[in-house]
Amino acid sequence: MSGLFAFHGGLKTVRHKTESNQTPIQTPPLPPRLLVPLRQHIGNPAKPLIQPGDRVLKGQMIGQADGYISAAVHAPTSGVVVALEPVPVPHPSGLADWCVVIDSDGEDRWIDRQAVDYRQMHPSDLRNWIRNSGVVGLGGAVFPSAVKMNLSGHCERLEHLILNGAECEPWITCDDRIMRERAAQIVAGIHILAHLLNPREVLIGIEDDKPDAIAAMSAACAGTGYQVRAVPTRYPSGDVKQLTKLLTNKEAPIKGRSTDIGVQCFNVATAYSVHRAVNHGEPVISRIVTVTGHVRQPGNVEALIGTPFSALIDWAGGYREGAERLIMGGPMMGFALHSDEVPVTKAANCILIAGAADLPAEQPALPCIRCGACVEVCPANLLPQQLYWHARAREFDKAQDDQLFSCIECGCCSYVCPSHIPLVQYYRFAKNEIWAQEKEKQKAELARQRHQARVERLEREKQEREAKLRQKAPAKAASPVGESAQVPLETAVARARSARESVTAPATADSDAAQG
Amino acid sequence: MRFRTITSPHILQDTSVGQVMRRVLYAMLPGIAALLWFFGWGVLLNLLLATVVALAVEALLLLARGKPLALYLGDYSAVVTAWLLAVALPPLAPWWLTVIGVLAAIVLAKHLYGGLGYNPFNPAMIGYVVLLISFPREMSSWLVPHGLGQPAALDLLDSARAIFGGVLPAGIAPDALTGATPLDVLRTRLGLGQSVSEVRNSPVFGLVAGHGWEWVALGFLGGGLWLVYTRAADWRIPVGMIGGLVLIATVFYLADPQHYAPPWFHLWSGAAIFGAFFIATDPVTASTTPRGRLLYGAGIGVLVYVIRTFGGYPDGVAFAVLLMNIAAPTIDLYTQPRVFGARRG
Repeated sequence: MSGLFAFHGGLKTVRHKTESNQTPIQTPPLPPRLLVPLRQHIGNPAKPLIQPGDRVLKGQMIGQADGYISAAVHAPTSGVVVALEPVPVPHPSGLADWCVVIDSDGEDRWIDRQAVDYRQMHPSDLRNWIRNSGVVGLGGAVFPSAVKMNLSGHCERLEHLILNGAECEPWITCDDRIMRERAAQIVAGIHILAHLLNPREVLIGIEDDKPDAIAAMSAACAGTGYQVRAVPTRYPSGDVKQLTKLLTNKEAPIKGRSTDIGVQCFNVATAYSVHRAVNHGEPVISRIVTVTGHVRQPGNVEALIGTPFSALIDWAGGYREGAERLIMGGPMMGFALHSDEVPVTKAANCILIAGAADLPAEQPALPCIRCGACVEVCPANLLPQQLYWHARAREFDKAQDDQLFSCIECGCCSYVCPSHIPLVQYYRFAKNEIWAQEKEKQKAELARQRHQARVERLEREKQEREAKLRQKAPAKAASPVGESAQVPLETAVARARSARESVTAPATADSDAAQG
Repeated sequence: MRFRTITSPHILQDTSVGQVMRRVLYAMLPGIAALLWFFGWGVLLNLLLATVVALAVEALLLLARGKPLALYLGDYSAVVTAWLLAVALPPLAPWWLTVIGVLAAIVLAKHLYGGLGYNPFNPAMIGYVVLLISFPREMSSWLVPHGLGQPAALDLLDSARAIFGGVLPAGIAPDALTGATPLDVLRTRLGLGQSVSEVRNSPVFGLVAGHGWEWVALGFLGGGLWLVYTRAADWRIPVGMIGGLVLIATVFYLADPQHYAPPWFHLWSGAAIFGAFFIATDPVTASTTPRGRLLYGAGIGVLVYVIRTFGGYPDGVAFAVLLMNIAAPTIDLYTQPRVFGARRG
């Protein structure tokens, strides 16, 4: 394949793809109860549009996008809303989040689906349509896709539209299967993306351990000019930055976006859901989920959003003996869950049940011997061992100087560490501490501003009182010319101050409330 | 069913500090075999004694510091230190020499600084230098290699008596056993005004460098290459060190071949190869950045040459490594790699 550029570092990991990619995508039975979280994307949670007791139809919007970076949420099947309450969701914290609980009526009755002709639509209307269809990045990051379809301000013209079918994490095969089985529909989605973004070229990157997916996508792309490129199987080739580097040799600047270098990237499954939303009027109410590992029949399912993990594990034949850990996502970046009583979200690309043999034996960490194995594998070309020392010593300034925030938490450094140091955990800790400090700083700055405003207000009131007194008694004392000239000046200053005050004060109060 | 939650990544490579350290030990075996062949049983006894003392002292200090014994002894780092020091000692060195050297390495250079991972200086080289400065006579009593008149009569028992009792078998004079190393000979005779080619005629020299020594170097080269292949050692350090040494040796040799030994002689003499693959590659005390490791190695190579040629000691690997240990943090600071997305240049 032509024009590939290696990225620094990366790993050859175990693959474990064949456990789940040998059978077609299946549809599990309709679950009796669905738990649909209102926060399934980056940004603000959706605003609920229903109340307990409401009847909903399949595809009906039940949560509205709230703000620019947000996405809508829809009823995955027809039925009755029985509750709007916090329910445990798949999140590393294990905390509950607001969910719409829907009891299925078994009819699975759709709303009146309307396709739209995207060629005739105004771009902003089309983006809104996609936004209201709840389309988010299905690779796992769940960033609202419509936001990424608006280039204004970031680059003149998009050079490369990249479709990510790399799927570099071990075990996961949902993108593999969707590319094999629904390539034409993915390409139909790419047409819409290309129509909106008008890129110079469209590149589809797929790791070369998926020859069937590459063949299917190549066939579907015939005559379109879209280029399917097989990229070497090397974790983390599926990270946007690494895939961009592989395909274009471009690196998004530190703290910058991919659009700064004329690149925009979508997951192949996202392109598929764009196609369903635009050409069929079907919002995102399901996604392909790989259920694999220590289950009896691993495979891929098209699961309704809100389906409990436990239902999918039952569908896969239940746990096998020795199931040790429940992971959402892949083994490199996914997070472990306490319980399978959580719903499928748009981010749930994989449910991996790891057995004891898949997991490393528990071993305490030894001191870092500065061997540099982490440096060799870091795709961000950082010095992980250096960041580790800084994080450990709570020297967050130094960690930031060494570009802690360029870390993508891919886990390569931890994977190779002979001392078994949980390096990624240290970086997450340092990042969280820095974010907390920034928040503290902002709070302090607000407090300072509020204090200053108060001092100025008191001063102003004092001056106003004095001015009033002077105005009341002009006859009592013959004031000198100079002083009388000063009075209007002072009042003018006071007026200007109060005008400034009225602009800043409410804003201060608002953001304070938000902080609290 | 309730599962345990642990942060990602959930899979790890099958690797450990112990594995890395054991690889260093395996990689030393060919060189040790050559040493055994040319210098007799004393080599083995030194290794055993150093290992036993190192493990005992390491265990005591770990206990004193309240560290889990099995975990830390299983990292094999004390054994590596012991072996690195032992092969650098004269084969019939008295037992207390080895013990003092190991104590200096493990207690002084390692645990007083915080143990594994925290020592700024290479422990084995600290042990070696302490001995070299304190006991110069004992440290320069190297045996004449096999094939140059070393009596084959010195069996295991004789060697043990020599090391632990200080007695040699009747009829063997100490002078018959020991002799100057090739680097010593070169140094002394150049100092007497002889030319390199005259010195080369001495029987202590073999094909490329010292008789016997060149085979030892070859053994360590083989093991070292395997070490690099398994990634237990970073290739940049030996490449840097050999490159630095060869480069500066070539410059002087080309300028005046009668007074400066050729680069291949320097490369195959003394501890150059051993140092490049086994001493300088100690990751704890070396530079950690990729470019920094090349520089760090090159610095050692140049310093080895400078010490050998202009300094007070015939060989300079230990001093060169320790000097560059001091420089490592600074080198790291100025050789940070370009982070992904940072502007080039």
